[in-house]
Amino acid sequence: MKNKQSWIDQRFPLTKVWNEHLAEYYTPRNFNFWYFFGSLAMLVLVMQLVTGIFLTMHFKPDSANAFASVEYIMRDVEWGWLMRYLHSTGASAFFVVIYLHMYRGLLYGSYKAPRELIWILGMVLYIALMAEAFMGYVLPWGQMSFWGAQVIISLFGSVPVIGPDLLVWILGDYAVGDPALNRFFSLHVVALPLILVVLVFLHIVALHAVGSNNPDGIEIKKNKDKDGIPKDGIPFHPYYSVKDIMGVVAFLMIFCTVVFFAPAMNGYFLENANFVLANPLKTPDHIAPLWYLTPFYSVLRAIPPMFGSQFPGVLGMGAALVILVALPWLDRSPVKSIRYRSAPFKWALGIFVISFIMLGWLGMQPVNELNAFLARLFTILYFAFFILMPWYTSIGKTKPVPERTTE
Amino acid sequence: MKTLNKLQLSIAAIALSFNVIASPSVQLEDANTDITDTASLQNGAKLFMNYCSGCHAISFMRYNRIGSDLGFSDADIEANLMFASDKVGENITTAMPEKGAAAWFGGTPPDLSLVSRSKGTDWIYSYLKGFYADESRIFGVNNHVLENASMPDALWSLREGQSEKAFDSDVRDITNFLDYVGEPVKLIRTDLGKKVLSFLAILFVLTYLLKKEYWKDVKYGIWRKRD
Repeated sequence: MKNKQSWIDQRFPLTKVWNEHLAEYYTPRNFNFWYFFGSLAMLVLVMQLVTGIFLTMHFKPDSANAFASVEYIMRDVEWGWLMRYLHSTGASAFFVVIYLHMYRGLLYGSYKAPRELIWILGMVLYIALMAEAFMGYVLPWGQMSFWGAQVIISLFGSVPVIGPDLLVWILGDYAVGDPALNRFFSLHVVALPLILVVLVFLHIVALHAVGSNNPDGIEIKKNKDKDGIPKDGIPFHPYYSVKDIMGVVAFLMIFCTVVFFAPAMNGYFLENANFVLANPLKTPDHIAPLWYLTPFYSVLRAIPPMFGSQFPGVLGMGAALVILVALPWLDRSPVKSIRYRSAPFKWALGIFVISFIMLGWLGMQPVNELNAFLARLFTILYFAFFILMPWYTSIGKTKPVPERTTE
Repeated sequence: MKTLNKLQLSIAAIALSFNVIASPSVQLEDANTDITDTASLQNGAKLFMNYCSGCHAISFMRYNRIGSDLGFSDADIEANLMFASDKVGENITTAMPEKGAAAWFGGTPPDLSLVSRSKGTDWIYSYLKGFYADESRIFGVNNHVLENASMPDALWSLREGQSEKAFDSDVRDITNFLDYVGEPVKLIRTDLGKKVLSFLAILFVLTYLLKKEYWKDVKYGIWRKRD
């Protein structure tokens, strides 16, 4: 065994990689519930890749056959239904996990120096994931697939000057149709998964170089013992590997409850209207994207057209995403963790969470006067969280941060 | 000013909740179907094939899949359920020509493979029971659930021949069958789910104990003595 190990080590840094990322990667000992979601995101990514491979074996990316091929997978392919439900539930689960993972970052200031690049890579991952999910939703070629694509892609047409040409270039046609379906398939199964995997790799390389943050927001590397090991650190393996395995099983229990007992999740994970074949001549009464995209859809709808153009709304939606990248530089607070933050930050975070949830809910509702007013109100509050951050993080009294992690 | 804002918000919230409540336009009856009731599914299959399949296809479904799921032999199916094709492995299409359908009904009657998933069982049940006489319509009937439906009251002869209670039960069986057709795997999905969850529950206890055992080292600060 030892012999074989050294044979490999002379040719590939196996032991080195193992030690750097697992056996001798020192992780803060005080991780709590919120720290499960990074490894869970990785689990869901792998599950999406594996189930996706099997679905790709049977799916036909062709507007005449796509819808029927999904039903073929559901009925005639052995265990095809399970692959499909794992994949469709996995898409929503991915966003649940990622939103909780991002919220953890906000709670404990994980985006603050020296972890700005981890945060930025994470945000790019999040945007790539949205694109991946959107294109995946188009593939079954149901009514919502078609009309959702129609609404989202038409946004590109609102870009001044080049809009109309850009739209035709993206669609390969003058409307959403077979060419669009075919290229979305290609992007969904090749381009974006590759980008996601590379970004996840970079996200983790950056994390392991800097070291994990923790619920106290303390840099454990500042307190090392005589061997150079952080006093508050424990090796990731075996301590956090066994803990994360437990987290994985708990997650799978919730996940499988959805997969086996409510795979459509009452229309939230698989919309009812998407069980009807796409019909370009029949617009559904109510078009809404899936729940994980609705906060941004709300921002889009909240901003009224200006100068006869929808483009301001599109810019607003883009800004709502891009502004997240600036977070590390907007936050002026001397402390990271919510445990030691000043009161104004706690209030701002609370209002931000409420705004985000309300925007998500409003994005699923039909537009009326009241909903439009509320969407505008919460859009303003959403942006206020970021724009006012340099101010409210520099006022108020923070609590003293302890030297060592607390229990 | 602050109070005014609060007032506005609470008015908004109240109006919002009304808005949600007021949205469904037609009151649907509870279909109350039970997909585990095989007798009901068998009766529904029989009624569907006799009363509905003349016009409506369920083309994602195969004859012999119904047979193996609902306990009909191939011979049973060929003798009693197959009107439009001659092989038990075939998809269930309809014999009605498209041109004829367009002339008689103004369009091809929709494929019902997924109607339970797009409309729901309550809708199907209420729709089938929702016909009423209306001389202004071409077939002399209209529908409470789907205003100006182009479908005739296909079940009228079924209703005429029996009590209202027996008719409701028959409609429920057709609805139940369509629920099964929408997702045949529903028959085994929940059973398998119970097994998977039981397995995961046991696994969770084991992984919890494993974690607890390892983390004793961390608790007592002795983890480095392990090496």
